[in-house]
Formats: sequence, structure tokens, C-alpha cells
Amino acid sequence: MQKVYTKIESIVGNVITVRADGVRNSDLAEISTSSGVGLARVIKLDNDLVSLEVFSGAQGVSTGDRVRFLGYPMRVSFSDNLLGRIFDGAGRPRDNGPELTENMIAIGGPSVNPSKRIMARNMIRTGIPMIDMFNSLVESQKLPIFSVSGEPYNQLLARIAMQAEVDIIILGGMGLKYDDYLYFRDTLDKSGSLSHTIMFIHTASDPTVECTLVPDLSLAVAEQFALQGKKVLCLLTDMTNFCDALKETAITMEQVPSNRGYPGDLYSALASRYEKAVDFEGAGSVTILAVTTMPGDDVTHPVPDNTGYITEGQYYLKNGWIEPFGSLSRLKQNVNKDTRDDHRALMDGMIKLYASYKESLEKKSMGFMMSDWDEKLLKYGALFESRLMDLSVNIPLEEALDEGWKILAECFEPNETLLRSDLIEKYWPR
Amino acid sequence: MSVKTGHVVGVNGNLVNVKFDDSVIKNEVGYIILDNTRLKGEVIRIMNGVASLQVYEMTEGIKVGDRVEFSGELLSVELGPGLLTQVFDGLQNPLPELAEKCGFFLQRGVYLDPIPNIEWEFTPSLKVGESVVAGDSFGSVPEGIFTHRIMVPFSLQGEWKIKSIKEKGKYKSHDTICQIENDKGEVKDLSMIITQPVKRAIKGYEERLRPDEPMVTKIRIIDTFLPVAKGGTYCTPGPFGAGKTVLQHLTSRNADVDIVIIAACGERAGEVVEILKEFPELMDPKTGRSLMERTIIICNTSSMPVAAREASVYTAVTMAEYYRNMGLDVLLLADSTSRWAQAMREMSGRLEEIPGDEAFPAYLESRIAEFYERAGKVRLKDGSTGSVTIGGTVSPAGGNFEEPVTQATLKVVGAFHGLSRERSDARKYPAIDPLDSWSNYKGIIPKEKVEKIYSYIRKSNEVSQMMKVVGEEGTSLDDYISYQKGELIDYVYLQQNSFDPVDFSAPVERQNECFDILSDIVLSQYDLKDKKEVRQFFNEIRQLFLDFNATPSDSAEYEERKKSLLGKVAEKKR
Repeated sequence: MQKVYTKIESIVGNVITVRADGVRNSDLAEISTSSGVGLARVIKLDNDLVSLEVFSGAQGVSTGDRVRFLGYPMRVSFSDNLLGRIFDGAGRPRDNGPELTENMIAIGGPSVNPSKRIMARNMIRTGIPMIDMFNSLVESQKLPIFSVSGEPYNQLLARIAMQAEVDIIILGGMGLKYDDYLYFRDTLDKSGSLSHTIMFIHTASDPTVECTLVPDLSLAVAEQFALQGKKVLCLLTDMTNFCDALKETAITMEQVPSNRGYPGDLYSALASRYEKAVDFEGAGSVTILAVTTMPGDDVTHPVPDNTGYITEGQYYLKNGWIEPFGSLSRLKQNVNKDTRDDHRALMDGMIKLYASYKESLEKKSMGFMMSDWDEKLLKYGALFESRLMDLSVNIPLEEALDEGWKILAECFEPNETLLRSDLIEKYWPR
Repeated sequence: MSVKTGHVVGVNGNLVNVKFDDSVIKNEVGYIILDNTRLKGEVIRIMNGVASLQVYEMTEGIKVGDRVEFSGELLSVELGPGLLTQVFDGLQNPLPELAEKCGFFLQRGVYLDPIPNIEWEFTPSLKVGESVVAGDSFGSVPEGIFTHRIMVPFSLQGEWKIKSIKEKGKYKSHDTICQIENDKGEVKDLSMIITQPVKRAIKGYEERLRPDEPMVTKIRIIDTFLPVAKGGTYCTPGPFGAGKTVLQHLTSRNADVDIVIIAACGERAGEVVEILKEFPELMDPKTGRSLMERTIIICNTSSMPVAAREASVYTAVTMAEYYRNMGLDVLLLADSTSRWAQAMREMSGRLEEIPGDEAFPAYLESRIAEFYERAGKVRLKDGSTGSVTIGGTVSPAGGNFEEPVTQATLKVVGAFHGLSRERSDARKYPAIDPLDSWSNYKGIIPKEKVEKIYSYIRKSNEVSQMMKVVGEEGTSLDDYISYQKGELIDYVYLQQNSFDPVDFSAPVERQNECFDILSDIVLSQYDLKDKKEVRQFFNEIRQLFLDFNATPSDSAEYEERKKSLLGKVAEKKR
């Protein structure tokens, strides 16, 4: 029973309403317009009035256009054929490859039973000292990268995608600049990572509604691979665009806005996506790294604020560096005890010294006298920034730890570092 | 009895409008029939012959015309032996059993029996012919270390007589163990299990008492400076990353109560997992048994359906009241009440109600007040007392306490533990701000003594503000000493290392002893020449005090370390 309806009652924003019977909530519909056939999703039912959000936008939709309900919700094909492919926000190929229709799975599925979750316990190595050494990324963790427009967050994501020790990478791009999309594609292609990468890319010029589908598509596929035992890393950029797209739909639907125009369910909307990060006992895992740009560098803006309450820490990318203060991986304690015996102590010690360096720097800028100790700290700070903090540094954790000891030895006497004597005995370079 | 029915006429998010055929009760539970599944919902509004249901599941696939069955009962939980150690979702579905049945994911429309039908050793306490009213106990079963009283349903009206009661012996929890009848000749079968509507507070006690006994948490800043009473209420607002959840976990482990109920309401699933994996391994210092034996977890994490999040805090508090009526002290920890308030906001938005501040509904304050008012200390009919203490975290948007949920909560609680970003950034844990926070309860140390020390914390804060402007040079020696004293109080008493095996829990005797030593140090005058000497002296004392804090009370070094600390102080005392 696939009836065609030809009477569209209203078109507001990207939402159209038609009179129809027997339509189920969240089902898909096809709209045939003069410019082709597009998809739409049921978002509200009121007696026989059905509201649909049109994925490609309602621009150019005529009240006489035909709407056909498909009788199933939004789905995505899942198989190994996805690997190396690039799709758009509605799941259509963007890379001139064939459309995939086999083994369709629903998106936005149910939540994982908390009693089936296990404690995160495996580190994901990235080759970036500021992550591996100071705020380790843990399998099944959900972490945002808080940043500001103009910072190299996409470059950072691309590097993590190339270097992280995972089986499959899923990249979800939302409101991406076309250049950035090409950058991702070319970088991953060049490094040979494209073969185990799947991309769902919504660019800034694509219709807004499709932006809201990207996280669900990416995570539904990620979840299926994880259930097959794969370690999946899901990279999302930029979640602020996703929230803005949600805002747009909410306002169109005349929902009461809660905070700066964002809908009241922003927290739930973000949480249901981020909570897809999971480590399945006896199978694989999903880890989420998501860029959240902070409008005006304001961490109290509703998007980063709600995100912070959901995620397990955050990386602050500022002035091209991952800030040691403010960045936090809540799960690092689970893994950094098993790496090397000096990892935790060196991590704490070096950060404390770096904090002292910042104080000395402040004193210097205010024109105070610099003591010997201040001079040592200033030297240390400069070395720390260039040899560990700089994002171009690319070394495994063990080398980063050795490098840390070398920097300390170049600047300080052993007893000035406040590190335990047994560690100094073992690791201090001679 | 025929089932009352209706059919769906509209769907908007998790709100479903239903045209009902006969009659409908506000807040009754209805099921939307969808192929083979039944989706649970609650009637939250009736307007123009249409009932609005908030559905506790995802509403995908519901269509206009779908059949709805009304149960005629309000949203309820089952109460009885076997609740302890369990992990439920917001609607009292046991999660581990659900996992056995459905695997990794939470399948919608699956509702299992919350209380397993297993055998318990029942001992009757009343005889045939004795009269009972709602809430009276007619027997008991042992549940772990507790004597679980079996009670007459709290919703019972009037006086009833016992018609028959089973002898001492083993019975299953759903077996009829007692029959009661009233003077109209109506007969009721009673089992060990009671069904109780969650939004109706359990009575069945003689009178409510003033909360006057401190609930020891073994966290110094709370017990000494910002105490919580058994039967009292407190809230812990703080920005993300300030350590709200860690503080609650610590409290749930150390609190001096019989039973702890943790309501993880709309927070991270990973945190619940930590409790689930850790608690069975941890020992309750009071009983020597696993901590899990005194714990119930209600967990409706952030990705689970929003409407059930709203129900979860009520489910938790109803269970707390039930155990209170057995003469036990119960602590309910709700993390986080903001998520509960947001769930209300979401529903209110869908109902198109006129929004209040930040789009929260106008009834936000009264709902919050109603919830916290369910805490309290009561005297039961047999003279024993029981209590429900409620501690709720609040997650204010942007860390700003001027928002509606924090403000509404502050109006009704007896203690306020505000966490500050400044303190947590400086790694000063627990990050409770000693100056902004307050408590109206009596602590373990007399108020006058505490007040004296408090004045030094304030003074020290003033001096440090001043020093930022005039520098150390421009500060007088006396002021500088006050500043150092305040810093000392902060470092050795207010802060506590939750990862240190000794320092993480400070029992009452130890707090008393520490407080006396600290008072003596702070209230004494010293012969110190200049600021350098002051700084050095207080640094040394601080180090010795921290070492002392980290020494087990029963170890050989304890007295020795205490002596060296006191000796150091005496060196410079005037």
C-alpha cells in the first residue's frame, strides 16, 4: 500500500505538511519535484496532518508535488563495501561509486544497556605527545576537541585518523568547507588510510537537514562494525554546525527555545549521539572524537557547555597547541598506569613545572627581576613547547617520555624536578 | 473488567495524543500497542477529550489510529524484599536481566518483573484478629544484613483485621502470606510485595522529626564545616569537571547510613559502570560486607528515553521511603537533578505550555520542592526512627548558579555545597567553595569552635585579594600570618586526597583530633621575624600535617608524626 499524496498543505522552512493516513512516525517519504526526487522524514503527526522535514530543503517544492511514503525509517547500507567510500549527509555516494542498497540498517538505534558496558581499559596511541603522554585517548572514550574557528582542528583530526591504531575510521563532516573535505580526502588517500575509512560528508553548501543526519549515519555504521569485533574511531567535525542545524529545525517547528535559541532537548540530542561510544564485551569498540568550535571562544556557550557535561573530558586546541591546562582525559587513569612506570609521575611533574614557567613568564612580562630559577623555567618552557607541545612532533609514547627526561636534564638538577628518587635513578639521562 | 482503550491521534517527539473511548485518569499508565510491543506511557494532560501521554520509549513507528490500552493504575513501583543490590532503569526494569534477555541493546517495550519471585524466610509478627492500617508491619524477612519488614500497602483505606496469616516458614515473594478483611466484609490478599504509586509520598509513620543528627560522610569539609543531617537535604551544584560525581561516589561509599540509593539520572553511562564494577569489590567498613549489599542503583543514563529520566528520581525516592519505614537510615543521591528538570522542560515544550525562565515550566520550583520535601526523619509506630536524606547534584548551564534549577533548589535544601571551577582547576579537591557554601545543620564539632576557624578562612581570603593588588611587600606581617593560617586550613583540612588510602576517609574521632590540633595552631601567636620565616614555618607545618593525615590511625608512626608536628609548632609559639 504505497499511496501517493499530491496535496501539500503548507511549506514552512524545510518542513512540509500533507494530509495522509496510516503514516508512521519517523518514516521516510519520497517527494517528486520538478528538480528531481528527494527524501523527507516524518517528524510530527497530528490526526491526518503529517509534518515532514525535507532533506534537500523545501526550496522549489510545489504544493502540487507528489509525496510517497516508503513505510520504513531512515536506513543506511552496511557491509564491507562501505570501506573507502564517501557519502553525503543523506547516505548517497559522493565519489561516483555505485549506490549501496544491500543489508540496510536503521540509524539512531536504541541505547546500550549500561549493565553490558565494561570499563574502558585500552589506550589508543596517536603519536601526538600532548595526547599520548599527557591526556591519553582511551578506547570507547567520547572526547570533544574544543576549538575556535581558524585553528587547525581538521588537520589534527586528519593526523589522528592517519596515525591512530584502530581498524576502521569513520569521518562524519558537518557543514564542512569544500576545501576541508578535499583536504581530508587527499590526506587520507596519500597516507593510504582511505582503504579503511568511510566518510559521510555534509558540506556547507549542502541542505541543512542533511547535516543532522551525519552523526546518526556515522555512528550506526560504527556500531555495526564494532559488533563485528572491529575497533572503530569515529571522527566528527564540527558538532556546533550539527547543533545549529537542530536549532534551525526546532525554530521552524515553533518549539520554545531554551538558551540562545537552541531547543530544550539539545542535551539529550547530543547525549544520544555521544553515548554511542562503547566497548562491547567480547566484540569491538566505538571511540568518538568530535570537534566543537566555540563561538567567540566562550566555553559557556550552550553547545560546548552541554557537550562538556556529556563527554569524558576535552582537548582544548588553542593557538595551534593542545593546551595542557583545561585539556583533560577523564579516563587516562585507567590506562596510564600500565604503560611505563614513569608515565604518571613525569606527566604530573612536567605539567607542574610548566605551570611554574607560566608564572615566571607573567612576572617577566610585568618587568620583575628574573631569578636563576626563573631563567631555568623560561628555558624549560621554551623546550617543552617546541619539543613536545608542537603539533608537528610525531613520536611514540616511549620516545616522548625519554624526550621529557632529556628536556628536564637540560634545564634542571635532578632534585629540582620534585620527581621520585627511584625514577630519577632509572631514567635521568647521563 | 474490560480494559479501557483509545487510539492515537497525534505524535510529537515523545508526546503522543490519544483519543479515549470511555474515561481516563490523569497520571495513569497507558500502553500503545505496536505490532507485538507495548510502549509504556503516562497520561500527563487531558484536554478537549484528548489525553496526552508522555511515552517512556522512542516513538518511532507509531501511527495515527494505533490502539492504546489504559491500565487504570498510576505509575508505580513494586516494593518488597530483593530490591537491594539490584540495578534498575528509571521504570524499575532490572538491567542485568534485561541484558540477558535482549543482549547489548535496550530493546523498547520489554518490561520485566523488578523483584525476583524467590523464597524468603518469613516470620509473622501479628496474629489473626489483630487490626492493621496502612503501613503497619505484619511480619519480616531477613534481607542481607537487614530485617525487612513486610508491610500492609500504604494506599489502604480504613481499618482492617487479619483474617489469616502464614506461619513462620519459607514463602515466595509473590505468594499470599496474609489475608485481611474490613468491617464491610471485603477481603484482600497480601504478599511480600506492595505496589506503590511513585509520585505519592509514603506515609505510615507517627510523626516527622527535625533532622538533628549529623550524617557523617568522612569528608572533613562537609562534616566539620558544612554538615548534612540524617533526614536532611543538600545540593551540590558545579560546572562540568568540578568533581560532582566523584564527590557523590565518595559519599556513597563512606556515608554513615544503612542504605544508599543512587539515582543516576541523565548522566554518563561510563560512571554508572564504574559503580557497577567497583562496588561489589569494595567493603562496607560498617558491616564488613560488600558495599553492593546496601546499595540500589537506578540508572537512566543520558541516552536513555527522556521521559523515563523524569520517572527515575521518583522511583528512587519511593524506594528510599519504603526502607525508611523499616527504621533504617537511607541516603538518596540524585545525579543530576538538572537533567530531570530538563526532561520536564522538554515535555512542557511539547505540551506547548507558556514557558518560564530559560523555557523551564512554571511548575519547576514546586516540583523540585515537592521532591526534596520527601526527605525527612520520622518516628515510626514502634518508636524507632528512620530517615531519608537527599543529596542532589545540579549541573548549571555555563557553571552559573543564577539559573532557575540551582535557585529553585537552594530555596528548599538545608545545605549547599557549591563546587567552584577555580578550586577544581587548582586541583583543590573536594572543590567545595568554603566561602559561598552554607549549611543549616549541626555538625560533629560545636558551631562556636568552627566559627572561629571560619573567620580565619575569610580573613585569609581578604588578605589574598589585597595581596594581588599591593603585592607581598605591601602586606603587614600580621596580615601575612593570617593569610598563611588560612592557606594551612585549606591545604590540610578542607582539601582531602580521595586517592590516598588513608586520607580519603576521615572518621569522626580523627576529625575531632585533627580539628583540635589545627585550632591550636591557628589560634596561637608566633614569634616570627619576617615573611620569609613565616612562609618557611608554615610550609614545614603543612608538610608535617599532610604526612600526619596520610598515616593510618593504628600504625606505629601515628603518635610519632603527631609529636613531630606538635613539636614543630611549639618551637615558635609565643
